Parts: sequence; C-alpha cells; structure tokens
Amino acid sequence: MAMITADPKDVPHVAHFAFTPEYLAKAKALMANYPPGRQASAVIAVLDLAQRQQGWLPRVAMDEVAKLLDMAPIRVYEIATFYTMFQLKPRGKYLLQVCTTTPCWLRGSEAVMKACQHAADGETFSVQEVECLGGCVNAPVVQINDDFYEDLDEASIAKVLDAFRRGETPKPGPQVDRQTSAPIGGATTLKGE
Amino acid sequence: MPKVTIDGVEIEVPAGITVLQACELAGVEIPRFCYHERLSIAGNCRMCLVEVKPGPPKPQASCALPVADKQEIFTQTPTVKKARNGVMEFLLINHPLDCPICDQGGECDLQDQAMGYGFDRSRFHENKRSVPDKELGPLVKTSMNRCIHCTRCIRFATEVAGVEELGATGRGESMEVTTYVEHALSTELSGNLVDLCPVGALTSKPYAFEARSWELSKTESVDVMDGLGSNIRIDTRGAQVMRVLPRLNDDVNEEWISDKTRHALDGLRHQRLDRPYVRRGGKLVEATWDQAFAAIEAKLKGLDGTKVAAIAGDQCDAESMLALKDLMTALGSPNIDCRQDGAKLDGPRGSYIFNPGVRGIDSADAILLIGTNPRWESPVLNARLRKRYLSGHCAIASVGPAVDHTYPVERLGAGPATLRDLADGKLGFFEKLKAAKHPLIVVGMGALVREDGAAVLALARDLAEKLNAVRADWNGFAVLHTTAARVAGLDLGLVPGEGGRDVEGILAGCEKREIELVYLLAADEIDTKRLGKAFVVYQGHHGDAGAHRADVVLPGAAYTEKPGTYVNTEGRVQLGQRAGYPPGDAREDWAILRALSERLGKTLPYDSLDQVRARLVAVNKSFAALDQQAAGTWGIFGKTGALTDAPFASPIANFYMTCPISRASKTMAECMASRAHLMAAE
Repeated sequence: MAMITADPKDVPHVAHFAFTPEYLAKAKALMANYPPGRQASAVIAVLDLAQRQQGWLPRVAMDEVAKLLDMAPIRVYEIATFYTMFQLKPRGKYLLQVCTTTPCWLRGSEAVMKACQHAADGETFSVQEVECLGGCVNAPVVQINDDFYEDLDEASIAKVLDAFRRGETPKPGPQVDRQTSAPIGGATTLKGE
Repeated sequence: MPKVTIDGVEIEVPAGITVLQACELAGVEIPRFCYHERLSIAGNCRMCLVEVKPGPPKPQASCALPVADKQEIFTQTPTVKKARNGVMEFLLINHPLDCPICDQGGECDLQDQAMGYGFDRSRFHENKRSVPDKELGPLVKTSMNRCIHCTRCIRFATEVAGVEELGATGRGESMEVTTYVEHALSTELSGNLVDLCPVGALTSKPYAFEARSWELSKTESVDVMDGLGSNIRIDTRGAQVMRVLPRLNDDVNEEWISDKTRHALDGLRHQRLDRPYVRRGGKLVEATWDQAFAAIEAKLKGLDGTKVAAIAGDQCDAESMLALKDLMTALGSPNIDCRQDGAKLDGPRGSYIFNPGVRGIDSADAILLIGTNPRWESPVLNARLRKRYLSGHCAIASVGPAVDHTYPVERLGAGPATLRDLADGKLGFFEKLKAAKHPLIVVGMGALVREDGAAVLALARDLAEKLNAVRADWNGFAVLHTTAARVAGLDLGLVPGEGGRDVEGILAGCEKREIELVYLLAADEIDTKRLGKAFVVYQGHHGDAGAHRADVVLPGAAYTEKPGTYVNTEGRVQLGQRAGYPPGDAREDWAILRALSERLGKTLPYDSLDQVRARLVAVNKSFAALDQQAAGTWGIFGKTGALTDAPFASPIANFYMTCPISRASKTMAECMASRAHLMAAE
C-alpha cells in the first residue's frame, strides 16, 4: 500500500500569500458573525475564500488564515487536510468532481468518468472521484467548481466540457429536457385546469 | 456523594468524576490508552469500555462517562471482555509487529494490554498502512507506523507544554500525528511526550537502542538541573546512567521533567575528573590523593584564615556544603559564599524560599512575576503556572524580560522603576493584586543578581506587605531559584561571616592578592580570570571552568553518584540517592573534605553519612523533615536603597547549558542547535 500522508510534498513552492482587499473584506465579514475572541469559528469559510483567491491552498495561505484568525497554524492544517473540499495541490481551472456512488454508477457514471478523465489535463480540467453528491434523482452528477451538472451521459458531458473549453459557462442543472428534478418531458399531473 | 455499584461492590465516590476514576477508587483496573489523569479527556481509543446500568444496552467508554447516583457498573462481563477484545483487534490491525526491535518493548501499554485482550493471531490479511516518520527534534524519535492515534502527545503539547505545534492531519485511515512543518517542538518539556506515548511511536532519540527496560536498575532520586528539585528515577546499567525518568510528586513536578533534567545525562560520561591533579610547572599533572592533599597543606601552612576563601557551587549537596563551611570555620575564614551569581539573599528563611510552595500556585488568583523567565529557569514550574492560567480567573503580569511564557502575561514593564510604581499603587495591576485572595509574587534571580538586588528585594517585600500577601493563612512571597544548591546553602549559612567577603569580594580580593587560597566546591559559574594569582583548589566532578584554572583538582562525585540532601526552591528537603559510583579515584564530596580536614589537623567531627546528617539537623532543624516544606520565617530583609534603571534580565541566557554536566552533554548541544535554527527562522 502506498505511503499515507496528508502533507503533499510535490507541490510548487509558493513564497507569499496575502488576501486581496476584496477577499479580506469578505473574510472580515465572516469573522464578524462570531462573538469577539471566537473568530476562529470562521476558519472553514475563510480557508474557502483563500482557496477561491489562489485556486488551491498552499501552506502560506493556511499560515495567513491562521494569522488572520489568531489560531495556531497546526489547527488550520488539521482542518484543511480533514476536508476534501480543500485542495492542497494546484488543480485545473475547472475541478470535475464525478460522483460514482451506486445510483450514479447504475445510471452510467462510468462513461461520464471516462470522458472526464480523458479531458483532464491538469490545466483546464482536473478530475476527482467523489462519493454521493446528493443529486441521485438526477444521476449521474458531476460537480464542476460550484455548480452541479446533472442527468449526464457520454455525449452531454462532452458538450459541457467543450463549452468550458471555449470559455463559456454552460447552463448548470439537468442536461436533458427536464426542470430540476421534475419528470422528463414535462409535468405528468396538475397540468392546469 | 453518589453511590455506585462496581462489579457488585457498592462504593461512594466524589460527585463529578468519571466512571473510570470511580473504578480506580474501587481498585478495579480499567485498560486505557488515550485517557491520562493530567490531560483532557479525548475518549477515542475505546479501550476502557464498560457496561453501565441504567444506560443504553451497549458498552460505554468509561473515561468520558460521568458517574451518577445508583449507577451499576460492570467491568468483567463477557460483553465487556468481547468489546475490549474487538477494540484491541482493531488497534492491532495497523500496528506493526516489531516489538523485538522497538524501544518501548517491556514497558509498552499496548504490549501489556494485548496480553489481556489480544487474539493469538491476526484475522487481517490486507496490507497494513504505512506512515512516514516525523521529525520532532533531537530528543524524540518517531516511528509513526506504531501510532494508535490516542492523541496524548497532541494534548500534552497543547495543554501542558503550551505549544500548539502538534496536531492530527488527514482523516480516517490517512490520519497522522504531525507538526506538518517538520521541525523540533519549541518546548523545554518535549521529553515527556516519550513517557506519555503508550506505544513505541515516540521514543527517546538519545536512548535509542541503548538498553532494555528490564536490564536497568532503578534508583529514586532528585534532580539538580534547576531549583525545582524534580523527583526523578535514575536508570543505570552497571556504572552508566542510561536514562532519567520523572517520578510522581504532585507537590513538586507532578509527573513532568524538563528536557535538561532528562537528557543532560550524557554529560556525565564526558569531561569527568577521575583522579586528583596538581599543577606543576604551569601544567596540571596527575597525582595521588596524598600528593594533592600535601600541596594544599603546604599552601595553607602559616596562612591566615582571612586570606582563605571558599565558594560553593550550584549543584552541591547539603552535606558537602556543610563540611566546607565547617572546614572554613576551623581554618578561621569568614570568606565563604554559596551565591555564585551574587544574588542578594541572606535574610530570614521566608525571604529566600518559594513560600507558598509549588502547590500554592494552584490556589493563587493573581500572579506577579518579577525579573524572571520561569520557562527557562524552571520549565516544569512554568507548566504549573500555565495550568493555573488554564483553570481560569487568574491575572498574570510580569516586570521583566519580554518572553513567551506559553500563557498570556501582561507585561507591565522591564525594570525596577515599574516595580516601584506598582508598589506605590500607580499601576492598574496593583488593584488586581490587592483584590486577590491569594496574591502570588514570584521574585526571580534576574531581579536579585544585580547591584541593586537588595533594594529590589526590599521593594518586593514592601509590595507583599502592602498587598497583605503574607499572613497567617497564606504567604504569597515566592523566590524562584535557578540552582539546586542555593536554598540548602542559605539554610546552612554559607554566606560571608563577620567581616567576610562574598563572591564579588573574594574575586576582588584575589585580584588584589588579599586572598591567597580559594576553595571552589564545584563552582564553575564565576569569572575564573579574576582569580588572579590565588592558589585555587577545585573539588568537583567535571573538567569545566573551575578545574581548568585550578592548582589542585580533587575529583568529586556528580549528583547521580552520591547520596545527598537537596533543598528545592520551596525549601523542601529531599534526598538524592546513589545510582552508581563515581569514576576512578573520585570520591563523595563530604568525605573528601573530611579527609582533607584530618590532613590539616582540623578533623571535622563526623565519620559517617549519618553523623553528617545529624550535624545538618543540628545546624538547621528544617533538615529534619524530609519531603516537607518547613514554613519560612518572615522578617525585615533587603536593603532600601537606590535603584538603577537597568531592565531585569533572566540569568539563564541559554536553557540547555547551565551547569558543567549540561555543558558537557552532546544532546544538549544538539537541542541548542535545533532551537537556534528555529529562532533564526522566526
């Protein structure tokens, strides 16, 4: 079995990290949600901001968060390594989180996965296999950055990825003729009158 | 108080304790890994499962379950046994079976408990997980495959040592105990991690593969590396001290010791004086005891007592200091001092001991530190101060060096001027001290080893009086000594007699050739250049500064090699025991002085250790009560006088090297290097 370690050693060196004024204001607003002295409660949200700014979480960013929240750096490392949401290595512009849990798998996530893996180049796209994303009724599901793309198959995921590659943002949600998780092909009941 | 039934036996226990503690009171042993009396409760190893009625029909972790009245606790049922067996099997899934090459072997909790709850073979056929080892500095060796994630080390570092540098990263199977940044822990207490680790994940680096626990003979003794007098156990194999471990004493060191106490022992193997030397033609040459004594005798012949002086060192036992004092009295010399650093202490006993005792820290509710950095002067006492801070409602302030105490301290100022303002009630903190029920004033050597030390002492006394900190039920005046011998020396009156000279006077006398013979009893912390042309006799165990300057060297015994009485900073009299014999021709120190006195025709009136100890009690009756703190008498002390502006500085500039033993220690040098690197990084 491979060596287990939470601390990736093969990451590019980032010498410096500082919040932009915009992100700093957001962080301060998050910290203000908690009573004075309890600003550390905002750590997950502030880490997320740091990740949004940088694209991933280098150690200097975690140190900066620790400084901002007056926490011991190790407490921030513990949190950042615990949650899979935090990326400790650089990733592509779009992170494809492909759900492969049973409902998605039954509905053909393997083909979707294959298409994503094919597209993953580490710059535009990175791919990650994840457990249930909670969108089983629209299986298979892929989370691309903050949005869910649902009811995918090999063809539709290819279309979505192509759109991203062109710099467009395809419409999130079901990629078939369906409103959210309502029946395919429109309503079957309560059709008016 | 709740009444509980444990395995059918009813017992009344204090409210608020846990089921595990109740079982201990009832004499029922509960296996555990993560639970530790002095750390917070984690409840993650699940080894302490018991059945409890009323409660859910499943085993419960007794370490995290509070007792309740009419509770029935079962610790020996088949369910409990089966549950513990299951926990043990899970713990062993990823634990390597490398006991034969593991330093913890023989004193391993996992090994011991596997005897009771383990299965004789493994049902796990997958690969075990493998975890990279971590770098935790020159004292702690890691073998992280063996870690069972009890988190004791993390809790110790965070809670007791006060350095939040260890943590658990990752989750589930990829959880690891780590600093993440791979550096030595910045604490002086890191050696205790090794004691706390219930398995062999953290072991002692200097002691790695040196010995097995069952080969060692164990001697209970007392530490001399700082003024606290930590209780230690010295483990020896043959003549060699292999390791030093803490001994439990809630009044002194709880169960912690500092890294210097634990790891300076390799200094005992280097630079030792194992035979007498006499300087001939400018060079020290080996001699016999007879020749060495003859040289001293020749020098002393016809020499007036006032031209003879003696300085006692910082790690001397009371017996040898008494013999030195008696010898000097017999020679007619009033020039004797045990205060190498020049601390201005010579008043009544209450003026130079840590009156409230270490235990007193626990009840203090406002603490003022004057001219001290307890973190370096006595790391274990500093941990006690931190414990007090953590239990809440205690204001702590300092007048002295700006240092990281590991707990928040309000720094009022740097020097005597601030102290005067405080004593005059001009600073806000005065009100806090005044309002406190148990104010504690800790006076460090940094405030006393100065020209104006006596004035500062008088000011501190004045402050204590104003705060009503010294009364029948509480004495909050505490002097924190940095050396193990000082209190005993003051108790025995090793201060200049009438018309006598103190250390400064002796050195000045040497320069002016008014002092012709100086007897250094293991005294190395003085400026030996200032000894001038004086004839120097050095009696001690290490070839350090004193021996290099000496004209006659008499080899003595280190603290592990002689039975000795030590008095710690609280005035607690403790006995050190002999763990091995001194090397070569070296002898016990009081016996050397006794032999020399006979040669000089001034035979000291004792022939055995018992007789010396009887004389100790005759000189100061506080020596009669062992392991107890005799109350200090209060009175007028210090000298009101001019104060200088110089800020207080801790006399300990380098924690890892403060005495001949630690200076000879390679391990301490490595610690210094690792910390220096850290400080440079900051």
